[in-house]
Amino acid sequence: MSKAIVYLNQFFGQIGGEDVADHEPEIRDKKVGAAMLYDQLLDADVTHTIICGDNFVGSKEEEAIDRILGFLEDKEFDIFFAGPAFQAGRYGNACGAIGKAVKEEFDVPVISSMNEENPGVDMYKKDIYIFPGGQSAAKMKDDVTKMVEFGNKILNGEKLLPAEEEGYFIRGIRHQYFLPDETPAYERAIDMLLKKINNEEYVSELPIPELDTVKIADPIEDLSKITVALVTSGGIVPIDNPDRIQSASATRWGKYYIDDVDQLQNRRQEAFKTIHAGYDPAAADTDPNRVVPVDAMRKYEEVGKIGKLYKYFYSTVGTGTTQGEAARMGQEITEELLEDGVQAVILTST
Amino acid sequence: MVKEIERAGIPVVQMANLIPVAKTVGANRMVPTISIPYPLGDPSTSEEEQWKLRYHRVGVALDALTTDIEEQTVFDVEI
Repeated sequence: MSKAIVYLNQFFGQIGGEDVADHEPEIRDKKVGAAMLYDQLLDADVTHTIICGDNFVGSKEEEAIDRILGFLEDKEFDIFFAGPAFQAGRYGNACGAIGKAVKEEFDVPVISSMNEENPGVDMYKKDIYIFPGGQSAAKMKDDVTKMVEFGNKILNGEKLLPAEEEGYFIRGIRHQYFLPDETPAYERAIDMLLKKINNEEYVSELPIPELDTVKIADPIEDLSKITVALVTSGGIVPIDNPDRIQSASATRWGKYYIDDVDQLQNRRQEAFKTIHAGYDPAAADTDPNRVVPVDAMRKYEEVGKIGKLYKYFYSTVGTGTTQGEAARMGQEITEELLEDGVQAVILTST
Repeated sequence: MVKEIERAGIPVVQMANLIPVAKTVGANRMVPTISIPYPLGDPSTSEEEQWKLRYHRVGVALDALTTDIEEQTVFDVEI
């Protein structure tokens, strides 16, 4: 029987929630949490579960990788699974970073699953197999099933088809491959060319990935003459959250007046707190300047490094927020900044 | 969000812990922070240390806004 090892974060590894997202990497010689589901479906035994907090990987990626590769050094395994990470950005990042390192070090197939909105997809789809997954853990069974079906094909030595047919995100790796009907490349190329000339639809065999980069804005010549604004996706809001910004999957943003303060007062002082559901709020609630550094900006204003700190800071929540919503909110905020003559922005994210 | 701000020609610097994510979403100027729940001040250190770190990194971010860059750039921090 083949052997498999599964990687899970602190939540799916049943350690706990955001308060233990700093959990150090560990390996257990048994099936924990979601690893049991893999074991039921897989044509292999799940021998170990690796668990690590998402923040640990986020902040100390190199150490996390070193320690996990160390755990695996003396283990025998034929395949490695990470996730599914759904729409959780930090978990997707962790699955990708760990998965890529395991693939490179041990040369075993590594399979993960993430929602298409998870930034981990674009970061790691070239390195490991990532299947498109659901938005939340409600899709656990479906997502694991997809991963395992493909894993079983690999374990059983079945012929693997191109990414589009197997269903994982295209890795951009080219294989020598003969079409079942054996149409040679020159005929396909001429067919495509004719279609293109006739303005007909055709599908390229070598798609060029679209990169939506933005032109780098010109630098500011003299900060001491301009207004700089603070924007955050860290969910800092007045304690009554007047704009009712959602704690996750946000579609709303707010702007909060700070022209009369030298720093952000905290939750206990009934001023500001975080409503972000994607990280432990304790540190931000105690001192919101850790997320929106009004105090430091005020000091730079006082010493004349910047002309002025803009009278509002802008805030929303960046967890589970779709890229489409984020873009729309960004456009709306930008419109206001332009109107008010703000010339530069510091955006803090958590 | 960072892309929409920059698209309008306003230079923006993103302060983030997950720099690879910031790169993927298309930030051009980036300054690392120390963690996700406390980007600019570790509660287990003294107030003074937190202030020094925050003042320094925000300063790096401000300098980044005045720096001419050719490609996505992560600016170095000292503390």
